[in-house]
Amino acid sequence: MVVGNAMNGGTAEALGPERLVWIYTQMFRIREFEERVKSTFTDHPGIIRGHTHLADGAEASIVGCIAALAPGDQILTSYRCHGYPIALGTDTKLMMAEIYGKANGLCGGLGGSMHLYDPPRGLLGGSGIVAQHLPHAAGAAWVAQIRHRGEAIVCFFGDGASKQGAFHESLNIASLWKLPVVYVMENNNYNSRTRTDQEDANAAAGEPLSTKAKAYAMEGITVDGGDPVVVYATMTEALARARAGEGPTLVESLVYRLSAHGNLIAPPGVPLRYPDHEAIAIFGNRAEYEAALRGDPVPRFRHRLVIDGTLRDVDADSIEAAARAEIDEAQRFALDSPWPEPDSGLRYVYA
Amino acid sequence: MSHVIPYGAAIQEAIREEMERDEHVLYFGQNMATSPDDPFLRAFGPERVRVTPISETAEIGMATGAAMAGYRPVVELYMAEFTLVAADQVVNEGPRFHFMSKGAVSVPTVMVAGYGFTCGWAGQATGSLYGMFMGVPGLKVVMPSTPADAKGLMTTAIRDDNPVLYFRHQLLLLTEGEVPDGEHAVPFGVADVKREGSDLTIVATGLTVHTALAAAETLARRGVSVEVIDPRTIAPFDVDTILASVARTGHLVVVDQATRHASVAAVVVAEVAELGFDSLRAPISMVTALDSTIAYSQPVEDYVLPDEHKVLTAVEKTLGLAPVPA
Repeated sequence: MVVGNAMNGGTAEALGPERLVWIYTQMFRIREFEERVKSTFTDHPGIIRGHTHLADGAEASIVGCIAALAPGDQILTSYRCHGYPIALGTDTKLMMAEIYGKANGLCGGLGGSMHLYDPPRGLLGGSGIVAQHLPHAAGAAWVAQIRHRGEAIVCFFGDGASKQGAFHESLNIASLWKLPVVYVMENNNYNSRTRTDQEDANAAAGEPLSTKAKAYAMEGITVDGGDPVVVYATMTEALARARAGEGPTLVESLVYRLSAHGNLIAPPGVPLRYPDHEAIAIFGNRAEYEAALRGDPVPRFRHRLVIDGTLRDVDADSIEAAARAEIDEAQRFALDSPWPEPDSGLRYVYA
Repeated sequence: MSHVIPYGAAIQEAIREEMERDEHVLYFGQNMATSPDDPFLRAFGPERVRVTPISETAEIGMATGAAMAGYRPVVELYMAEFTLVAADQVVNEGPRFHFMSKGAVSVPTVMVAGYGFTCGWAGQATGSLYGMFMGVPGLKVVMPSTPADAKGLMTTAIRDDNPVLYFRHQLLLLTEGEVPDGEHAVPFGVADVKREGSDLTIVATGLTVHTALAAAETLARRGVSVEVIDPRTIAPFDVDTILASVARTGHLVVVDQATRHASVAAVVVAEVAELGFDSLRAPISMVTALDSTIAYSQPVEDYVLPDEHKVLTAVEKTLGLAPVPA
């Protein structure tokens, strides 16, 4: 069952205008950041190496989840990890410098786009290997359970991860031990260039992927990840269950990523860039992609806040202008930052 | 003062003492602590001591996550081969995180892996896989040969702020030896000279340390003085102690239960060839397992493994001694 707008009104009232505007602000900041990462490939070719994965399209889901966290909660992410720290308050200058491989990047250029860490703000890290951070989240949740401070862990991953053994092993133990963890599957309907119904038995049978929770005697729910208020409400309930010792929840958050899985994978010498989304590039389904653009959660949420009187158009414009200025500065900082000392590669091998 | 206990008990003693000392130490794994009478469960309770499902990826991954969240998990893996089921977690997760985060997180885990169980366990549960993990940046690898080292290296492993793969030799579990009373920590990266000698150096690990010591005793009766060095930890690896010994003896034999090209022996030979070549007065000899899967049947199992006779033959060749008829 997809939870839609039915539960929406009450939650929006409970959140209050200030939090709703905060949510929109973070959504827009993430969008602006990701678009800047993407345009770097054309504006400053060669600066970004390797592979980046963007969160555009998933902003509502990301911010709805982060908004539901309490102090002391911690999160772990997949390699599609830029959005979460932005909402947690990590300095976008340091993030962009990390993605540009610079010395004063968040991790000194040692981690890059797929490996962002900010433990003081609750981002414990993640994994560049699909699904391998799901057990890390269970381990961190075990510690939260032992500490008895009512803290919980949220673990973000894509639908592809649910085909990995690490997913099934982790959900089994998390439910068996009633660990305070919420597993958030951002289902964007594509595992790289494979459509979900080509690789997932539930999807092929027309079932939501949250059905998998049933196998582990845990709560499973599917929500519209394009609506941050619905996501927030769902996460608030799931986190309350986790904190109360009632065990984990699998939240399937339906999103549409608006960029391709990642930038082109190519050996040196080939200019990197973002190809078309797989709906177009692989499946020739431009109509699907254009429908997704029309449903873009960022303008959709702005429109809603303006319509219901929470946000004036002029204030929304100021929020967006401020975000653009912030990301301009982040990019300038990253471009102007020095390269790391080559021998920093030997400084952090061992703790 | 010391006490005599078996190798296996020495490991348990270290874990128990560290759990008493530090409430952040966790101990968990398959098929343990299932009875309410389990001594660890009774001493430390079900929050810190837990049985897991047969899910190696989750077990090692949870150790990594618990460590990132500030605890010091010890995960019992029984058989080293089970690390292969979860190889990504052993090699490509925990050991990377301190580096990739520029030190923002650390991963103090201990993975306890039994190995070398060459007593009829056949092809898939008898391996000596440690060499595979020797070159993983960020991962420490230890392989004690005596009860004292077993305890001391476990103490250090639990206190270390990095992932440690602790290789426990299954054939040594009941071997008794003296263990110092009270707190006992053996530093990583410090080889131990198990027997001093002047004519030839043997470097050996794990069970083969005892094979080398037996050969050294036999050779002593023939007037040959053999030094036996046990690296104890293979990451970090103490090359200096080996080079210093070879500088005095001029002769080197390396013994290893692993197959030749996946052995610690191969690394020892490479280091000495590059850094200690001038000290050598004869070619180095390697005594390793032959390149085969370990067989179930004993005569075939014995055939491929290093033993005292093979070590004696290698020493005779290296020193140019006439073989002594058996």
